[in-house]
Amino acid sequence: MADIIVAEDLEKRYGDFVAVNRVSFAVREGEVFGFLGPNGAGKTTTMKMIQCVSPKTSGRLEVFGMDVDRHQPEIKGLIGVVPQETNLDPDFSVEENLLVYARYFDIPAETARESIESLLSFVQLTERKNTSIEKLSGGMKRRLILARALINNPRLLILDEPTVGLDPQARHLIWDRLRALRSRGNTIVLTTHYMEEAAQLCDRIVIMDLGKILEIGRPQDLVQKHAGLDIVEADYKPEVIACLGRLQTKYEVAGDRVQVFTDRAREVAAALIQECSPIEVVSRPSGLEDVFLKLTGRRLKE
Amino acid sequence: MSLAAYLRPPDLTRRTLRVWQRNWKVFVRTFKVNFLPPLLEPILYLLSLGYGLGLFVSNINGVPYPQYIAPALLAISIMNASFFETTYSSYVRMYFQKTFDAIIATPLSIEEVITGEILWGATRSLINASIMLPVLVLFRVVDLPISLLILPFALLAGFLFASLGMCFTALTPSIETLNLPAFLFITPMFLFSGTFFPLSILPGPLQVIAYAILPLTHAVLVCRMITLSQITPQILISLAWIAAVGAVAFVLAVNLMKKRLIV
Repeated sequence: MADIIVAEDLEKRYGDFVAVNRVSFAVREGEVFGFLGPNGAGKTTTMKMIQCVSPKTSGRLEVFGMDVDRHQPEIKGLIGVVPQETNLDPDFSVEENLLVYARYFDIPAETARESIESLLSFVQLTERKNTSIEKLSGGMKRRLILARALINNPRLLILDEPTVGLDPQARHLIWDRLRALRSRGNTIVLTTHYMEEAAQLCDRIVIMDLGKILEIGRPQDLVQKHAGLDIVEADYKPEVIACLGRLQTKYEVAGDRVQVFTDRAREVAAALIQECSPIEVVSRPSGLEDVFLKLTGRRLKE
Repeated sequence: MSLAAYLRPPDLTRRTLRVWQRNWKVFVRTFKVNFLPPLLEPILYLLSLGYGLGLFVSNINGVPYPQYIAPALLAISIMNASFFETTYSSYVRMYFQKTFDAIIATPLSIEEVITGEILWGATRSLINASIMLPVLVLFRVVDLPISLLILPFALLAGFLFASLGMCFTALTPSIETLNLPAFLFITPMFLFSGTFFPLSILPGPLQVIAYAILPLTHAVLVCRMITLSQITPQILISLAWIAAVGAVAFVLAVNLMKKRLIV
């Protein structure tokens, strides 16, 4: 499969502040590619450079093989964008929002009307066609923005925090629609800090922090590599720590818990209970969140 | 940014008109509300100033007072329509509605968005002038058919005031501080640009300032020469002034906005 986006040593500075620090990655045609990272990691800045709305400081960035500095209208015409902020046009109804947006892509009104029918049904908003934007719920607005991003039948869909602030029902509906798009062969790039979202949707992810890419790969491979199969947690007490030392088991401290990443959860848990007299031992499968916290640290990102 | 960068002419395509079309569509939706101010304003001013105050003034340089202020009312309306469109209205679209962000995610550039907004502001001036003119004709305070020339002039002057407004919008830190140009620039112009009394009664230095830097002075001069059918070669100076300052303000507005929005 061809690469849709190629970034090499891509950098973005605001004065002395380095928002994106010489990152390299490639997104293949047809895959769902996720950017994970805490606030301030540089995810949104990276998206804006791909969308050609924020110029890069240095490095190489090509979308569909075109340089982002020199082919902005061409690139923008081939992508669809779901921004982090809801920026629907409050002066218009649901349908008018899509009609006016179609015009920005020079799509003739007749063609636009036809695709609007199918897009509204795709995002389950057909009955809301003539509703004004203020009367839509948060989830409906996000779905309408998704429909708007699809109006030009884009080869690449970029979503910046597509489900932030939505209830579980609304979030699952968006996920469901994104899976449908993937199965049609659309290339999708998204940012998120919901681990479940990344694990559910993404073929490959990068984990970013402080402007740098820390890891890149398939979610399950990253979990396997950094967190093993399972995690055994016990309370963080001097006796437990000393005991883990005696057992020569590697552990990490997470708040008031100690965590042991292991492929032999049962043995470790049994040893802990027999030897270390903890108050509580929990054994669970490890996930992307464990990898994320391990790589980006536990302190608050503000 | 260097000075040369602020004066770089924008790259524009036909897509610029899409922004104009968007604003036109909103305007048509709310047409009844938009229609009233330019219809009522000249009636109120003519009644209170023209015929009320006019009883005491009788005439200025041989021109009856209502006829004297009628072109000023047109010029003021041309100024307000475009200036307030590209200040408060554009600021709301840019900052609160994020309309510009939504548009630049499409093939349009920020230069095209800002130019479309300014062209729309100029159009608002034309719309206001075309609603006001028939009212003034009914009051028999403007000459026909020469006064129809006000319409193309409204576009030209509207372009200037829209561009000036957009410069302030690019620089303002918040919507509250947009009141400053409204109070410190628009209100003094409204009163001291030869609108309700001749510039010649102002002290010499103030006259020079009014001619040199107040755009409304030139707009009033042009409107008055047209509606009183007293066109002299002086009209060319004022038209040139408006076109030149309009061109500079336009390029400046686009580049200031680029600096604000492209980060």
